[in-house]
Amino acid sequence: MKFFEDIRVGEKSDIGRHTFTAEDIKAFAARFDPQPFHLDEAAAARSHFGRLCASGLHTACVWMRLMINYRRREDEARRARGEAVAQLGPSPGFRDLEWPRPVYVGDTISYDTEVVEMRPLESRPGWGMIVVRNTGVNQRGEAVISFISSAFVERREREPQAS
Amino acid sequence: MPRLHWEDFSPGQVTECGSRRIARAEIVAFAAEYDPQPMHLDEAAARASLFGGLVASGWHSCCVLMRMLNDGLLGETSCMGAPGVEEVQWLAPIRPGERIKARATVLETRSSRSRPDLGFVKFRWELINAADQSVMTMIVSEMFGRRAANAARRAEPNAPSEP
Repeated sequence: MKFFEDIRVGEKSDIGRHTFTAEDIKAFAARFDPQPFHLDEAAAARSHFGRLCASGLHTACVWMRLMINYRRREDEARRARGEAVAQLGPSPGFRDLEWPRPVYVGDTISYDTEVVEMRPLESRPGWGMIVVRNTGVNQRGEAVISFISSAFVERREREPQAS
Repeated sequence: MPRLHWEDFSPGQVTECGSRRIARAEIVAFAAEYDPQPMHLDEAAARASLFGGLVASGWHSCCVLMRMLNDGLLGETSCMGAPGVEEVQWLAPIRPGERIKARATVLETRSSRSRPDLGFVKFRWELINAADQSVMTMIVSEMFGRRAANAARRAEPNAPSEP
């Protein structure tokens, strides 16, 4: 992770993509969201979705995995360049999650994250808070997920602040 | 035929959706798949983290809550999914072996202007620990089929499904 001082509002990163298979969709739904339209093709055809589609939580959990893998790649590159890596603190939650369109079998979702707000934390001197908008679009460029999350990011304590 | 339709919900209704123990193995299995961070995967690494020990991923908490709500409420309703989630707050970590319960509280209901066959029910969903503290809350508006729409479809079995 970059240090808080090195992050800018408006920064956008492509964090990766994932193709949702029928097996993948059904396995997730069987564990966590066993509604008929996520489990069974025939029931999904009778529902307002028309076809088997992924649980919205599944679309969100895949974002989390891609985000972790993206951060890991970035941190490894920083270490390889001899740069320090900032710690990331716990997230207090998220808001304004929208699923404007279902994710159907075979859809490939590309995920992005964009910094929309940042502020130092008076109560935690070594840390700042960043707010990001996370989005996923399908192979036709249509939005399928969007949400706003926040996280605590470490500040450079002993180094001079970036200009 | 579902037991509960949109008409059966009203503000203030509380549904207790059971309780269960969260095992260490499932915390680690979820994290390995969707949120591979040290504090969710490895006891020694987690002890060195801000949490001081292994904790469940926040997204795992969301999935556990979704499953408990499916089993305890949504499974016997005309639920048609949700277009989004207004807010999720992770208030306290869930640790291995903790027993948690799930609760749904109806905040408001509204009909749909564009879709007379469905209505929205806005809930606060919560996971609550053994000390009776809320460890996470989710504010979500679910879509439910209306009783009359379901009855009409049943009376006319060849009617086309909703768009």
